[in-house]
Formats: sequence, C-alpha cells, structure tokens
Amino acid sequence: MDLSIAKPREITPSLLYLDGVSVSFDGFRALNNLSLDISPGEMRAIIGPNGAGKTTMMDVVTGKTRPDSGTVLFDKGIDLTTKDEAAIAQLGIGRKFQKPTVFDNHSVEDNILLSLKGDRSVRGNLAWARNLGDAERIGEILKTIGLSEERQRLAGALSHGQKQWLEIGMLIAQDPKLLLVDEPVAGMTDAETMTTAELLKDIAKDHTVIVVEHDMEFVRRLGVKVTVLHEGAVLAEGSIDEVSANARVVEVYLGR
Amino acid sequence: MITRRLLEAPDGGGRIFLGVLVGLAVLVPVLNLALPPSSPLHVPTSTVALWGKYLCYALLALSLDLVWGYCGILSLGHGAFFALGGYAMGMYLMRQIGTRGVYAHPVLPDFMVFLNWPELPFYWWGFNWFPYALLMVFLVPGTLAFVFGWFAFRSRVTGVYLSIITQALTYALMLGFFRNNFGFGGNNGLTDFKDILGFNVQSAPTRATLFALSALALAASYLIAQAVVRSKAGKILVAVRDEESRTRFLGYRVENYKTFVFTLSAAMAALAGALYVPQVGIINPSEFAPANSIEVVIWVAVGGRGTLIGAALGALIVNYAKTTFTTGLLAPYWLFALGGLFVLVTIFLPKGILGLMRKGSPSAASAPDTPPSRLDDARKVPTRAAAGRGREFAKDALAPVRPGAATRIQPAE
Repeated sequence: MDLSIAKPREITPSLLYLDGVSVSFDGFRALNNLSLDISPGEMRAIIGPNGAGKTTMMDVVTGKTRPDSGTVLFDKGIDLTTKDEAAIAQLGIGRKFQKPTVFDNHSVEDNILLSLKGDRSVRGNLAWARNLGDAERIGEILKTIGLSEERQRLAGALSHGQKQWLEIGMLIAQDPKLLLVDEPVAGMTDAETMTTAELLKDIAKDHTVIVVEHDMEFVRRLGVKVTVLHEGAVLAEGSIDEVSANARVVEVYLGR
Repeated sequence: MITRRLLEAPDGGGRIFLGVLVGLAVLVPVLNLALPPSSPLHVPTSTVALWGKYLCYALLALSLDLVWGYCGILSLGHGAFFALGGYAMGMYLMRQIGTRGVYAHPVLPDFMVFLNWPELPFYWWGFNWFPYALLMVFLVPGTLAFVFGWFAFRSRVTGVYLSIITQALTYALMLGFFRNNFGFGGNNGLTDFKDILGFNVQSAPTRATLFALSALALAASYLIAQAVVRSKAGKILVAVRDEESRTRFLGYRVENYKTFVFTLSAAMAALAGALYVPQVGIINPSEFAPANSIEVVIWVAVGGRGTLIGAALGALIVNYAKTTFTTGLLAPYWLFALGGLFVLVTIFLPKGILGLMRKGSPSAASAPDTPPSRLDDARKVPTRAAAGRGREFAKDALAPVRPGAATRIQPAE
C-alpha cells in the first residue's frame, strides 16, 4: 500500500491526496495513518465494515473534523486542514450525507437553486433575481435526477429514494471538482439502486467521485477501483474481484 | 431596483396588512384631532397613546420573528436592543428639557445635578441634536448586535446556549443601567420629557403623530423584512434554520448570514424602542428585564412564528388582552392567562393565530414562501439528537417553545 511515499506537494498529479492522516476521538483512533490518492477524473469506491473510518475520512476532507496529524491536499496542493466547511465547499468539494439531508421546507426547485454554483455572499443573494439561466439549469438537473415532475413540491414530501436523488442533484448543481458520496443507496429498493448506479456513472464521466458504500452488489455494478478501509487505514486496494479474493478482507468482513 | 424589490413581493395578506397600517396612520389621527370628543367616532387621546405603544411592541415582535422564525435564532434578549433604542431617544428628550427641569440647569439633566456631576459625560454629547440621536438609535444597538453576533455565530454557539447568552446580555445591561454611575439615571431611568422637535410630547397632535409614525415604521419594517425573507438570501436563512451544517457544506458562510439578520433585526427592535419612549414618557432599566424579552417570544408564538404579520398580530392581541386583564377583577390571574395561552397555542395552534386564519382561507395552500411551523421539528429533536447529531441537539432552540422551558432555562435533553 505504499502509493504515496514522499510525493512533493507541487507536482502531485492527484486531485485529492491524503498522507499519514490520523484522527482520534477520546482515545479511539478513527483514522490511523491513512493514505489515499485520487486522480482527477477517477471514480473510487470505498468500502469497509462499520467503524472503519469512512465517514471520518469524509469529515476530514470536507473540513468538519481537523486531523491530529497528516497531510490533506486538494487540486494542485491546496492544504485542506486549515480551511473550514464553507471554504472547502467553495474550492469545489461537494458532499452527500449518509442520511439524505435536504431542505424539507423548500421546494425541490429551491433546493437545487440554493446549491447552484455561484455567489455565496449575503449581499449577492439579497440582490439575486430570478433568471432564465438558473431556471434552465435547474430544469436540466431535475431531468438528470428524474424529479422534473416534483419541481414545485416541498422536499420534505419526497420519498426516501427521491430525497437521495435530490441530494445528488444538489451535488451536481454545485458542479464540484470532487464529489464525496456517502452511502447513496442506503434504504433504496433494488430498482432505485440500479437507477442510482447509472446516475453516478453518468456523473463520473465529467467529475471525480468518491463513493462510500456497504452494498457490494452496488459497488460491483459501478465497476471501479475499490479501496477497503479497516480500523482507520487502507487494508486493500484494487478491482472488486481482487479485493473480494483478498484473505484479510474476507476475514475482516466475515469476522474471525 | 431595491425599491421595486421592496414593493413587488407582498402577497394578499401582506397588502391587507400594509393597507390597514397606512389606513390607521391616516384615519386615527383624523378621528382623534378633527372630531369633537362628543362625536361617537372620536378616538380619545388615551386610546391613541395606548395603541401607539402596542404598535411599537408589534414592531419588536416582527424583529424577533425575523431572526427566530426565519433563521432559528431564538433571542431571549431582544428587549435589550429595544431598550437601547429607547435610551438613545430618551437621551435626546432629556437634553430638550433644558432649564425646565427641577434644578433648572441649562445643560445637565436633573439626575446629574442631583448626583453632583460637574459636567455632561462625553457619551451624552451631541444628543441635543435630533439627527445625531436618531443615528445613535440605530448605531448603538446595531453595533452591539453585530459584535455579539460576530463572536457568537463564528464560535457556532447555537440553540439553547445562544438563547442563554442573549439572556445574559440583556441581564448584564440591566444591572449596568441600574447603577447611578453608569450615567443614565440609575433605576429611575429617564423621564419628565417635555418636547420632541419643539412639540410638546403630551399634546394630542404629537401623540397622534407618534402613533402614525409607529404604524408607518411597522409597515416599512414589514416591507424590508419580507423583501429579505423572499430573496434568495431569505431562502438561505431558512436553510440555515433547518439544516445548518448542510448549508455550510454548500459553501455558505452561515455566520455571515446570521450576523446580518441579527443586526438588521436589532435595528428594527431599536426603532421600536425609540418610538415607544416618547409615547410612554419614560425609559428605565426594567425594560432590559429578561422577562420582557421572553414575553416577546410568547407574542410571536401566539401570532404565528415565521409569518411576520402573525408576530405583529400576536403582539397586538396579547397586549390588548394584557391591558384588559390586568385592570379590574381579573388582574391577579393575568400571568396564568398568559401562561395558559402560550400552552394552548403551542399544543393546539402550532402555526399560531395566523396559521389558523390561513387554514380557513382558500389561498392557504398557495404560500410556498411561508415556512410552516416548526413544531414538527420540535418533535424531531430528541430523535435527531439520539441519532448522533448530538451537538446540534437544540435544533435552533426549538426546545424553549415547549411550555415552561422558556422561563426555566434548561438543557433540551
């Protein structure tokens, strides 16, 4: 697993580069010297049993949690460990939460509107006026995520699966360089899971995507490189068939 | 463009509300001044003064609804901004007394002469000049709100904790203003006003004018508040209220939005205070009392949180009831009535009185910009906390909406 020995900052070709990242909560090591390297345009699946550090890894990348030690670099060497959530989001990292998190009291349309890439300042948004460009962009995104019919409905009235898609739509609207997608198919029916896999593959055509997922079938369907986390560090990396055949991965997943 | 934005948005209810306010501003002074007291349509000056005071309360409630209803900031210290605005106006009115005070000192207000102050403290300079006093009405509370908000919101103090420190803020100010050496008249405050801009504050025409100005100030503040709420920034405020961290991950600086709306709201509360003081003729430190600020929360909850108009209506209704109940036989039971009202509204009318009215009207469904009541969220709070989002458990201070919690501050869990 020595992908990342002493890469100089400036010439790192990766979009996201984690090296030796450790995080502890009350003595529990959620991340233990984690190293990870995502290339621009790549789609990567991250799997691992509960407590493997998947969500903590996302928290570190998005600025919610500060690492105790280690390097986190994004897009030509920007140090993410010194920035907060809003700054990181503005740099171009979007995040979908494990539990679908949308604005229940806003319409589907407004959920996308608030996510659209653009001015984030108070002044700019006080002066904002409805315009055709935004409306068209919202229309395109709703078409992509299959919610055109629900445009005016309150997001709180959507089904669980629709909320998941809406949140993916909000990610697309942000047009980030890197998308972090946490368990996008949790609680979905098989049909919804298949649709979501197609949706993510579609998004991955012009974005860099990291998907965290438990569902092995879903990961297999994505057909991308897989990183297995265990106890806060990388256990194995490779295609889904390779990691499935790895004795240690089997041990971790099936218990000893 | 700003003007267009201010005027384009009012919906049906908003237009009626504005129409009524402008109508009152014109009609009441006419009925008070032009008709003889014998006429059945004559409005007595005492009624004008009383309802002028209620209108100031309505503006205070509107300002609280802007931060609480739309951004989830439950300020239990909004009375502080109201009182500071009132003190700024009171200082102007004190300087207008001149030699007509008991001690007939040309510069020093009576209480300073009484305390043997040799000269006017520097922070009283300029208050004899109305435009300066008016500037201070907005500047002092606005700056306080900005600085307070800047620190509190940057440190991500939310929910019950924020409510508690707003209480502490108004309590600390009350203790300060009670002190004689603070220079604002100690526990007597500022009173015995004579003139405002050369007009006798007691006279009927002045009272009628102040009434009209209060109605117009409420109308103007409503226009501003609803323009903010309807803008994209207003949608972001609601997003912050409902899902603060999600809003952050979209790249919005939540603290900037909160500081903005908190400061704007404080300025409105201050304007209400400044209009209130010449109408009631006194400002003293009891206006800073934490209980006053909590009462404002009740007005808003009764009228309908997150509706602006409802907040104003709630203030008018509760205060009218208060005046009725606190005179005569029912006087000892007012606090029970107020507490009971709060409990009943919270349980049976989660959207307040306005929610009830809207339910009855056919256009009820077509108000997409009006956020629904937050009681549903209040019910969700424990589950969410249990689901491991513990630190933000208070979900923007819905907890104090529970009966009793507002007066007995306690953790929401």
